[in-house]
Amino acid sequence: MAKDKVSKHNLVMDIKDFTFTYASAQVPSLKNINLPVEENKITAMIGPSGCGKSTLLRAMNRIHDLYPGNTYKGEINLYTEQGEAKNILKLKKENDFIKLRQEVGMIFQKPTPFPMSIFDNVAYGLRLSGLKNKSILQGKVEKALKDAAIWDETKERLKESALGLSGGQQQRLCIARAVALKPRVLLFDEPTSALDPISTGAIEELISELKKDISVVIVTHNMQQASRLSDYTAFMYLGDLAEFDKTEKIFLNPSKKLTEDYITGRFG
Amino acid sequence: MGGKLFRNFSFFSATLSFFLLIGIFAILFTYAQEALAEFGFDFLLSETWEADEDDEGGIFGGYIPIIGTLLSTLIAMTIAVPLAMGIAIFLTEVASVNIAKSVSVAIELLAAIPSIIYGMWGLFYFAPIVQSTVGGNGVGLLTAGIVLAIMIIPFMAAITRDAMNTTPHVLKESAYTMGATKFEVIKDVILPYSKGGIIGSIILALGRALGETMAVAFLIGSVMSTVKHVTDPTTSIPVLLANNFAEAEDLEMSSMYYLALILFVVSFAIISTAKFYFLGRKPK
Repeated sequence: MAKDKVSKHNLVMDIKDFTFTYASAQVPSLKNINLPVEENKITAMIGPSGCGKSTLLRAMNRIHDLYPGNTYKGEINLYTEQGEAKNILKLKKENDFIKLRQEVGMIFQKPTPFPMSIFDNVAYGLRLSGLKNKSILQGKVEKALKDAAIWDETKERLKESALGLSGGQQQRLCIARAVALKPRVLLFDEPTSALDPISTGAIEELISELKKDISVVIVTHNMQQASRLSDYTAFMYLGDLAEFDKTEKIFLNPSKKLTEDYITGRFG
Repeated sequence: MGGKLFRNFSFFSATLSFFLLIGIFAILFTYAQEALAEFGFDFLLSETWEADEDDEGGIFGGYIPIIGTLLSTLIAMTIAVPLAMGIAIFLTEVASVNIAKSVSVAIELLAAIPSIIYGMWGLFYFAPIVQSTVGGNGVGLLTAGIVLAIMIIPFMAAITRDAMNTTPHVLKESAYTMGATKFEVIKDVILPYSKGGIIGSIILALGRALGETMAVAFLIGSVMSTVKHVTDPTTSIPVLLANNFAEAEDLEMSSMYYLALILFVVSFAIISTAKFYFLGRKPK
């Protein structure tokens, strides 16, 4: 159904008949999900708590695999820049996971600066990928901090601990850290739910800037945020993808009663 | 009203430990006066510990037990720190939940065994093994050091594991999302994050190794002789104190207070240096 709404050759990821069961659970937490993710667009996932939106997001870079015993069914395809599909659910080796996670980055609900300097935080992923040259490293760190709109606040204190930044700055630092790796997709798991309104505004602005170069999938509890930011919206309910469409359509004229009830605040 | 009472009570408790510390130092210092006046700092370098025949005076020097204490602790720490870190990393990051649980219980039980049991086990079972593999008499510096290590490993591993477990999941996950391997996550995120707790566990274990009496008394040989080889029997400050306290008088008694004062100062110095040096600095 939803597949025809986005033209196929613009996809960066494509989730097909995806079913996910946690190690400790009897019943699947996600059932037969079909969701296309278009390149250089922002796709939002909304839905009440426990509907499975974070679970789906965490399957998209296989961060679930840090904890053993979960089962996957179906396909999650990541398209290479040449348009070739590769099913990330088939990955088994640690090296493949590392490559995947460098292509599909993730930002968490709470800012997660590493206990090291601001510079080292941003350089961390680059160093892991084998970059040692100091001047190239410096250039890339500066670019990433500028891309994440936090350069002006940090350029005088790059050597100081990242833990001294404010919450909003820490979150932008985490985005800079992820952007430095030039991922193709960035997954945001409620990135502003721990922040004040001003920091939230700054992050939202940043995310809409990022979509020039990066495709974004964002899980949010905040429906205004989804409607302000996103191009496409997926409404999830009890482990199903209830409705997926262009964001205006979902918010102005949803085709299902359930979606309408949720976005008008009748439950949730 | 209740608030004021509570405030006074907690203030009292907090200052009590401070006064105890000063009080103990003052007592040791007072009782050690006679030996301090007689031997001064030469006490630290003299290897003789002999009472006169009439028990009135004698020559007493602390070199052997001081060196014995420091060396046995050094051996113990050299063995225990890497092993305890390995155990803690295995329990928090490598083992499956079920294995981690059962190993954790075993570690905690080991930490609860009284030291005299380690001493007996070491003397009857472990000392012969050391004797047949490394040589020597069985009892000696090396045996004491190894058994001390075995005693402090569970304790250190348990505290280090708890410290590592406080690393937030999202922090580890975000390192994985940057493309880190498990080893890199441990090295770059978990160890720096739990550094304070790890140093704390090492300091506590160090304090325990320095002051351990019973297990070492069984194993170090308790003889007043300088170590030339690592398997040689010698003695340590707590062992000498425990063995001689009952019969000593006058100057010998005062010399033992001097030794106790040295142990007190050494422990205090090591622990406070470690604390200020490692915990005073913010992570960079």
